[in-house]
Amino acid sequence: MFGKLSLAAIPLDQPIPLVTGAVVLVVILAVLAWVVIAGHLPYLWREWITSVDHKRIGVMYVLLASVMLLRGFADAIMMRAQQALAFQSNGFLPPEHYNQIFSAHGTIMIFFVAMPFVIGLMNLVVPLQLGVRDVAFPTLNSVGFWLTATGALLVNVSLVVGEFARTGWLPYPPLSEMTYSPGVGVDYYTWSLEISGIGTLVAGINLVTTVLKIRTKGMSYMRMPIFCWTTLASNLLIISAFPILTATLAMLILDRYLGFHFFTNEGGGNVMMFMNLIWAWGHPEVYILVLPAFGVFSEVVSTFSGKPLFGYRSMVLATMAICVISFTVWLHHFFTMGAGPDVNAIFGIASMIIAVPTGVKIYNWLFTMFGGRIRFATPMMWSIGFMVTFIIGGLTGVLVAVPPADFLLHNSLFLVAHFHNVIIGGVLFGAFAGYTYWFPKAFGFRLQEGWGIAAFWFWLIGFYVAFMPLYAVGFLGMTRRMQHFDVPEWRPWLAVASVGAGLILTGIICQIVQLVVSIRHRAELRDLTGDPWDGRSLEWATASPPPAFNFAVMPNVSGTDAYWAMKRLARTEGTKEVDYQPIEMPRNSPTGFVCAFFATFMGFALIWHIWWMVIVALIGAYATFVVFAWRDHDEYEIPTEEVARLDRANIAARRELVTAAGNV
Amino acid sequence: MSIAVVHGHDAHVIGLEDAVHEGPASKRIITGFGFWIFLLSDIVMFSCFFAAYAVLSGQTAGGPSGAELFNLRNVAIETAFLLLSSFACGMASIAAEVRSHLWFQIAMAVTCVLGLGFLVIEFREFAELIARGAGPSRSAFLSSFFALVGCHGLHVSAGTLWLLTMMAQVFAKGFRADILRRFLCFALFWHALDIVWVAIFSVVYLLGSAA
Repeated sequence: MFGKLSLAAIPLDQPIPLVTGAVVLVVILAVLAWVVIAGHLPYLWREWITSVDHKRIGVMYVLLASVMLLRGFADAIMMRAQQALAFQSNGFLPPEHYNQIFSAHGTIMIFFVAMPFVIGLMNLVVPLQLGVRDVAFPTLNSVGFWLTATGALLVNVSLVVGEFARTGWLPYPPLSEMTYSPGVGVDYYTWSLEISGIGTLVAGINLVTTVLKIRTKGMSYMRMPIFCWTTLASNLLIISAFPILTATLAMLILDRYLGFHFFTNEGGGNVMMFMNLIWAWGHPEVYILVLPAFGVFSEVVSTFSGKPLFGYRSMVLATMAICVISFTVWLHHFFTMGAGPDVNAIFGIASMIIAVPTGVKIYNWLFTMFGGRIRFATPMMWSIGFMVTFIIGGLTGVLVAVPPADFLLHNSLFLVAHFHNVIIGGVLFGAFAGYTYWFPKAFGFRLQEGWGIAAFWFWLIGFYVAFMPLYAVGFLGMTRRMQHFDVPEWRPWLAVASVGAGLILTGIICQIVQLVVSIRHRAELRDLTGDPWDGRSLEWATASPPPAFNFAVMPNVSGTDAYWAMKRLARTEGTKEVDYQPIEMPRNSPTGFVCAFFATFMGFALIWHIWWMVIVALIGAYATFVVFAWRDHDEYEIPTEEVARLDRANIAARRELVTAAGNV
Repeated sequence: MSIAVVHGHDAHVIGLEDAVHEGPASKRIITGFGFWIFLLSDIVMFSCFFAAYAVLSGQTAGGPSGAELFNLRNVAIETAFLLLSSFACGMASIAAEVRSHLWFQIAMAVTCVLGLGFLVIEFREFAELIARGAGPSRSAFLSSFFALVGCHGLHVSAGTLWLLTMMAQVFAKGFRADILRRFLCFALFWHALDIVWVAIFSVVYLLGSAA
């Protein structure tokens, strides 16, 4: 009846996951109870859960990423504490638990923090920057988000029901095969990533189509803000790389469920084929994450320097160059495979070449700042912190791209330090810059500056204190993923690293406080005009938060920095009365939520071999789509008076501010 | 800071020196384009299974090779079924174009029967192989064979389900604009499966029989 699932699946003998799970469950139930009792459920259902508005979906993506960041960071701090304590002792985490923690940490941070964060920002901002009312496929967009949430949910269910993978964040065979991992851990991994991978693919198709086919009048390619370009590049990578992940994990699933021999030791399977396939996805993946972050920095640096971006064309070229070259470097993840000096040399050189366009970008940002009137607001602080940190991470990357050096550093903590250096310093700082930069656009009030600056400094210093020692222990020969160790020279470095983790924790607390303080003081922090930073691109041309239809009249674009040009023009020529029209918008739909509901059960049933439930869930998902396909009215109309009322209010607020400024 | 209400349609705002971008594309173009991108990503997924097959096709682990297993007569019939079903699907497109309910349903029914015929033959081939002890767990070669060909078969099965849903929808709702867009996607999907099959036919069956 319930396949492999029995009461034994709940780890009653392990206090850490059990207590954590219980606390999380209580928190979730408390939140749900509050939502129901306070009567917010209809509002949540109508305005958020069933929403197909790209702004709402973007916000939900970022919320998911933020919650999962707490989970992933809890794993991180346990690992740092374990390694600080486990000198000639067992620490406080047993090996089989420690293995699950480092696997879950990597999986969660990449797939359920970094990915939803950048996809959320792209969803929120790109249609606004393109001057349009929606993305290409609004309902599919909602499906994509909810499938991502399903994956995140399944990973967290593994905390209390069964176990998570003990294989590392990429389940290398033969360890991940049935022979060596007979439990459900790897199955949790594969099914949650197959399901959320479909969600990511949907998001990728949606955003590529949006950028290529839905731009406002006059918004030719070379007038798009750089964030739209990096979105295009990143999503092109998603649609060409994520199918590889889907196929590779499908092969692993076939091996585990039906006795296939893709990656097994016996029957002629080929283990190294897994490494090649998974990294053919995995290397483009790092650029999927970092390119949107580069886009955020481009917007932020230009806005807060009060100058157009230096070298726009070279920035576009560099972005697209990275997009292509990122598919030619995957083998540097396993130089030690023994492909021979020629192959290793080619991939080593390609890996160094990809650093060139990245360098071009760094110079462009520096020259944008040069001679500008720089305002050191929080988003700008993150951007400057990024530039310094990312250069160090990039340089250590070029070092490990040298095959002979890589033979020494492979799988050492030097490598761990390197990729945290680029992912925290690049992706996460970019995500935080974007979060503070676009928060007022999404919610209509700014985040409080003081706590934001404090969070930045704790994160920055905490990062250096946590990861620079890891470079050192890497040089001293410490390999990654060690549950305990006996080398006394490593000990002080690991102790320092755990202090760094504590500093980062303080940074995260500052961010939470910042959010709470900002919400409580939202009246003072209100963004009345929709343009709190004196911005340059079209997302600032509409109110904060924007009305459902984004723009009352679709803007006309005549160059880069479209909104900047409009502001200048309005100053010299004044404003005109606008001819408003009614606007058609897509209706909300529970399709995404219902579909993910069935996908959750299907994933869970597949993990535990509950076949009848798989079939029921599949039928349910299919029925959901048929019901969706059968509906007759998929759009509703916003009447002219409503459009005019909202737009005139925003124009009046802007005019008032200009008048006030003129009086000073 | 200043006021931004330059929503007008002035010629100097458009900027005559650049090629003018006319604004968002039509819904039909957006839908078709998005589906093309999906198909490309699907083909990337197939290419992984092709790559795995190429790597593992020699790894028979002492078991039978392709030359001993493949029945080219069967494969020829399968190919004929699938190509003809694509032709019938094209006929359905023309029927939809001229809004002929009867011919649309007939052409779709023919497409469906041919597709099901293909699936039956493939299923029998798989069943026979497994009965002979040449199932997917016999060797890495057979694993990659079953996965690649089976993945295509799963696509055809899903396509058939979609096809039946399309028939029901056109029957119930008629040739509405959104249903025609959906049908456009279905037709693209069905033809793309043909292209993948041509690759399977050449790489797996023809090369495999020759070896």
